[in-house]
Amino acid sequence: MWKFIVRRLIITFPQLIVLSIIIFLMAQAMPGDALTGLVDPNIDRAAIEEQREKLGLNDPWHIKYVDWISGIFQGDLGQSFRYKMEVTELVEQRMINTFWLSVATLIFTYIIAVPLGIISGRYNDTLLDSSITGYTYIGFATPLFIFALVMLWIFGYQLQWFPTGGSVAPGTEPGTIDYVMSKINHLLLPALSIALIQTVSTVQYLRSEIVDTKQRDFVITARAKGASESRVYNRHILRNSLLPIAAFFGYEITMLITGTIFVEQIFSFPGMGQLFIESVLQRDFSVVNAVVLLFGAAAILGALISDIILSVVDPRIRIK
Amino acid sequence: MAILEVEDLKIYFPIKAGIFNRTVDHIKAVDGVSFAIEEGKTYGLVGESGSGKTTTGRGIIGLEHITAGSVKFNGKDITNKKKKTKAISRDIQMIFQDPYSSLNPRKRVRDIIAEPLRNYENLTKQEEKKRVQELLELVGLSPESILKYPHEFSGGQRQRIGIARAIALKPKLIIADEPVSALDVSVQAQVLNFMQDIQKELGLTYLFISHDLGIVKHMCDDIAIMYKGRYVEQGTKEEIFNHPQHIYTKRLVSAIPDIDPSNREKLFQFRQEVQEEYDESYNEYFDSEGLAYSLKPISETHLVALPEKG
Amino acid sequence: MGDKLLEIKNLITSFRIGDHYYAAVDNVSLTVNKNEVLGIVGESGSGKSALAFSVMGLHTKAKIEGSILFNGKDIVSLPKSELNGLRGDDMSMIFQDPLTALNPLMEIGAQISETLILHRPQMSLKERKDHVIELLNMVGIPRPEYVYEQFPHELSGGMRQRVIIAIAIANRPELLIADEPTTALDVTIQAQILDLVRKLKSEMGSGVILITHDLGVVAEMADRVAVMYAGQVVEIADVQTLFNNPKHPYTRSLLNSVPAEGQDKLHVIQGIVPALQNLPREGCRFAERIPWIESNTHEKDPVLHEISPGHFVRCTCYKHFYFPEEPKEAKVYGNTRG
Ligand SMILES: Nc1ncnc2c1ncn2[C@@H]1O[C@H](COP(=O)(O)OP(=O)(O)OP(=O)(O)O)[C@@H](O)[C@H]1O
Ligand SMILES: Nc1ncnc2c1ncn2[C@@H]1O[C@H](COP(=O)(O)OP(=O)(O)OP(=O)(O)O)[C@@H](O)[C@H]1O
Ligand SMILES: [Mg+2]
Ligand SMILES: [Mg+2]
Repeated sequence: MWKFIVRRLIITFPQLIVLSIIIFLMAQAMPGDALTGLVDPNIDRAAIEEQREKLGLNDPWHIKYVDWISGIFQGDLGQSFRYKMEVTELVEQRMINTFWLSVATLIFTYIIAVPLGIISGRYNDTLLDSSITGYTYIGFATPLFIFALVMLWIFGYQLQWFPTGGSVAPGTEPGTIDYVMSKINHLLLPALSIALIQTVSTVQYLRSEIVDTKQRDFVITARAKGASESRVYNRHILRNSLLPIAAFFGYEITMLITGTIFVEQIFSFPGMGQLFIESVLQRDFSVVNAVVLLFGAAAILGALISDIILSVVDPRIRIK
Repeated sequence: MAILEVEDLKIYFPIKAGIFNRTVDHIKAVDGVSFAIEEGKTYGLVGESGSGKTTTGRGIIGLEHITAGSVKFNGKDITNKKKKTKAISRDIQMIFQDPYSSLNPRKRVRDIIAEPLRNYENLTKQEEKKRVQELLELVGLSPESILKYPHEFSGGQRQRIGIARAIALKPKLIIADEPVSALDVSVQAQVLNFMQDIQKELGLTYLFISHDLGIVKHMCDDIAIMYKGRYVEQGTKEEIFNHPQHIYTKRLVSAIPDIDPSNREKLFQFRQEVQEEYDESYNEYFDSEGLAYSLKPISETHLVALPEKG
Repeated sequence: MGDKLLEIKNLITSFRIGDHYYAAVDNVSLTVNKNEVLGIVGESGSGKSALAFSVMGLHTKAKIEGSILFNGKDIVSLPKSELNGLRGDDMSMIFQDPLTALNPLMEIGAQISETLILHRPQMSLKERKDHVIELLNMVGIPRPEYVYEQFPHELSGGMRQRVIIAIAIANRPELLIADEPTTALDVTIQAQILDLVRKLKSEMGSGVILITHDLGVVAEMADRVAVMYAGQVVEIADVQTLFNNPKHPYTRSLLNSVPAEGQDKLHVIQGIVPALQNLPREGCRFAERIPWIESNTHEKDPVLHEISPGHFVRCTCYKHFYFPEEPKEAKVYGNTRG
């Protein structure tokens, strides 16, 4: 297992490097550079040129890349020309917001998916199963941003159960219980909106895994040993069906990224997704790059995590 | 003259380990096997699971890289020739172990059987159809079957489709890897009879791989017993079944179930004696790694891996 | 004969295909006595596994009619919890396909232990492990302590089959159903496994149902043999009678298709076992595969005839049967009834 994990980690590095190179080249291809937005148009051209030389903006691309990457390791993602502040600073709070939003979404996703998938798979072709399958079809057909809007309208504006924007009520003191509760309260509706839509693929996947596992011969062996039906499910079927779900985790993270982009926008939730859209619209390229880089890294790490989970639970990999 | 000559054939698979997947060791799947098959004969290759039978067959036909040794077909060296001359690769065909998975389920019978024809011959659509229908008739399937898919056939019929594909190019040598192991006795009979019929008709030579000694006895002229990649004994059917010399062969032959229930006690007794002999002399017949020694002739046709004596 | 251990009476096991139920086991009655091996032979699709699954109560979707008495108690209608008390303990089964019958995510030791946990909960952890190791030893697995912690994918087909056998005999069942227990094995390991079954029978006085299409295995192991075709028993007799004096055309055809000394051409049974939906439900089911036998020699509604004590044959066509490759004997004509 350790060998597998180490080997898997080793593969992750080139992935990250390729990602960073692509983003770096993208950044290079974009109009303007770090100085364009900062500089007063009245300053003399020669002075600008001198400044550029000093900042290393005229170096060949690989030297600039090394500079850039070492900057990133020191937490320097460049300057946002719109906010006139360090991207790192700008991103930090939003990253934390999005992180918690993602965690909440994942929790909801699995809270919904696991029981529904299990019921649907265990009692397949019953009325209960048909209604759950029906829900998954609706979930697949509904675009997330429309669904999120509907949720916002019903629970935010009509019923007013949840706040309709922001990540925390204004005026609450960080560190207090109220602050935490307010944060959580702001998370629930967007998280639930993503989860309700995103979970359907997991429900379907789990259902088909269980229906499939149910018919495997080793389940018959377990019954022939005299194991009760609940033991057969708990010891044999569920474990074998949940395994592929663990492998699905990486994909889930990628889905989340798209999810947050839409939903943060709709709920005016100050997270990475919202920042991404805003920056694209305002051509704040250094921010766009930083966000894409972080999203890309999250997707790569998601895949890594799901492979590691898999290697821990699946003996067929564990042994190698 | 021998149609196929195999000299000291070795096929090793690397065992990879470590983070960088370096080759740390080898599985010696085939470890120094030599034999020759006369034209028109059936040569049986017997051995327990994992002894290297399939790998030997695949090596001969070029599906496995040969580590050392040589394979000669009609006197021509065909070892590891990536681009075998067309003539040779159409002369050797293989029938695979599993009739259920060796046919592409999404292809029609016509396309399955015509595949080798398309690779080697330029036939018009009409000619091709006619050839396929002839082949189907030859294997005892109705010519109307050409539009059906494999799943519409029984196991025996599917194996016949595999055979039709193998004989489409009129090969001289067929490597049959457990052609009937997955089949019922009655269907088995059908396929075996058929293989014998076309052997006579087309003058085929068979390399017949099986672990069922009853069938090998029925089909083969010469037989080799394989164990852990090496030959333990080789001889005519007569010699192997009636005068086995190696303790491993003796045990194998004694374990064949007898269809006459009145022999039960006798056989049981006999088997126990052989097992005792086997346990006693195991160390004598196998080296410290549990491998057989090299073959020594005890008659013109009979070779046995007898222990080296000082 | 000895005490009746299992008595199957008029068992009908039907599967639903489309809107109809079709009987894969069609009115089968059989008994298995203590200390007896009952062999069941027949081609693929003749209903052997369906019968075995019915006895074990392992069908999930099939309709089961008739009765199965195990030690006098009907187990068809038994509540699940009571049935689970029997399965794996008093009766157990060895499955046909060793490659898929084990849980890929569970250690070998745990899979064998499970049956002990279920039926002998009082056993201590250590006793249990010792017992499992002993079982692995019994089925001829080398280095059992090591295998105990391995996973199925690390074992060869033959090893896995032996693990399945170890699970089946763990609680020394009174009834062992072995569905093609040795098909995946080499002859030498096969001989070893069959010895083990023999031992179980002689030491425990267990009854065994041995399902196989290897007639050699039946000849060596069985005390009585039932031949199944298309869901029905077509002939049943003690092993000597069945092999030396077979009557039913199907039995004779099967025996004739096995390679034997000095046989040049093997007998081929025309046609195939029809799919479940296409089984002829009236008249002699084997008739379509022996078309050269005149149709008036078959019974309208074939039943089992006891032609000598303990030897039953279905239909009357056996009296007129001959192989097409042999010359038609004169007695066929002389024998016709009015
Ligand atoms: N591609 C491969 N890579 C590594 N090892 C292999 C490969 N193919 C076969 N082997 C190993 O080589 C040995 C011989 O295998 P082979 O399939 O030739 O056996 P066999 O005699 O045909 O057995 P069976 O009766 O089960 O078909 C086995 O130990 C097998 O695990
Ligand atoms: N679950 C099922 N649903 C529908 N039909 C089934 C089912 N199980 C078995 N059958 C059918 O019932 C018939 C008998 O099958 P069974 O598995 O008992 O045959 P068998 O005698 O065990 O054959 P084999 O030697 O191939 O194991 C076959 O026609 C088969 O297709
Ligand atoms: Mg093989
Ligand atoms: Mg079966």
